[in-house]
Amino acid sequence: MPTVPDGFVAGVRATLPLLLGLIPFGLVAGVAAVDAGLSPAQAVGLSAIVFAGASQLATVDLLAKDASLPVIVVTAVVINLRMSMYSASIAPYFEALRRRWSALYAFVLTDMSYALAIAEFTDEAGDDAPDAADQPAPDGGADGSGHRWYYLGAAVFMWLVWQLATIVGVVLGASIPESWGVSFAVPLVFLSLLVPELSDRPRIVAALVGGSVAVAGAAWPLNLGLLGGALTGVVAGVAVEGREAT
Amino acid sequence: MTTTYGPLAVWAVVLVVGALTFAIRYSFIYLLDRVSGVPPRLERALRYVPAAVLAALVAPSFVDPGPTVAATLLDGRLLAGVVAAGVAWITENMFATLVAGMLTLWTVGFVL
Repeated sequence: MPTVPDGFVAGVRATLPLLLGLIPFGLVAGVAAVDAGLSPAQAVGLSAIVFAGASQLATVDLLAKDASLPVIVVTAVVINLRMSMYSASIAPYFEALRRRWSALYAFVLTDMSYALAIAEFTDEAGDDAPDAADQPAPDGGADGSGHRWYYLGAAVFMWLVWQLATIVGVVLGASIPESWGVSFAVPLVFLSLLVPELSDRPRIVAALVGGSVAVAGAAWPLNLGLLGGALTGVVAGVAVEGREAT
Repeated sequence: MTTTYGPLAVWAVVLVVGALTFAIRYSFIYLLDRVSGVPPRLERALRYVPAAVLAALVAPSFVDPGPTVAATLLDGRLLAGVVAAGVAWITENMFATLVAGMLTLWTVGFVL
């Protein structure tokens, strides 16, 4: 790669306003991991390999509570299931990629990189819509490849920032006294992700049911209150949507 | 609280969660040739996953049912959560939400 493609730089630049959210989130992920008793290497490994903040926080939270390993894994997976929607939505734009590259693209797919990329992809003239197949090879320099560089610039840069923020959090986490209650930052981060989700009635019902069941089941073994809450919340959301549709 | 799991178990969790998360991310990018989009029923359910999961994650951190209603409501964590939720609603800014929630928790802890 002789020069950095324009699309890549544009993608990096597009992430800058998001860093205000990403950096504190990454700091919390680092602090929380160390608080939960993970080693610095494990904390950074979690960020580097999983690269999904909400599920990372849930994982370290459940590890700290000594939840059973299957419950920890299932919880993290359930939290990340939403990314299958992003995968489906963005897949048409990556169609012309070789397998090796599409795996890299998938690895850095996050809420933020998806949101940025899909806004950029759909913003441009419809001629780049996925139905306009016959895209040339990824490095052919045609429009499609510019889009993909944009995505890669944004997503890879956010991955790097995430690692740096985690490392700073790991260093800080070891030096912050427990009495400050910094672990309370974890639910606050979740809360700030939850509130914008409450955009219509089915979602609000899903959250109310999910939260209530989780509170009621807080003492259930294996942290099943969390999974039970998530499951009943989803069912409630679907049910309300179904009733409103008729 | 710190975990009592050993390094092997923690690394196993990291790797398994990482592998499964990658599988989720790669799923439809990989499958695109074979299927056309998410099955509608699954898509409908997935729409409610973030709200339900996040609420189930946060609620027990803010609501700790006490012996009386007053004791439950006059909890620093719940107050901090309510303030933070308001700030999140208005600003949609994670950093502002964090600051508002932590400041409320510290203030309440100082006053009560």
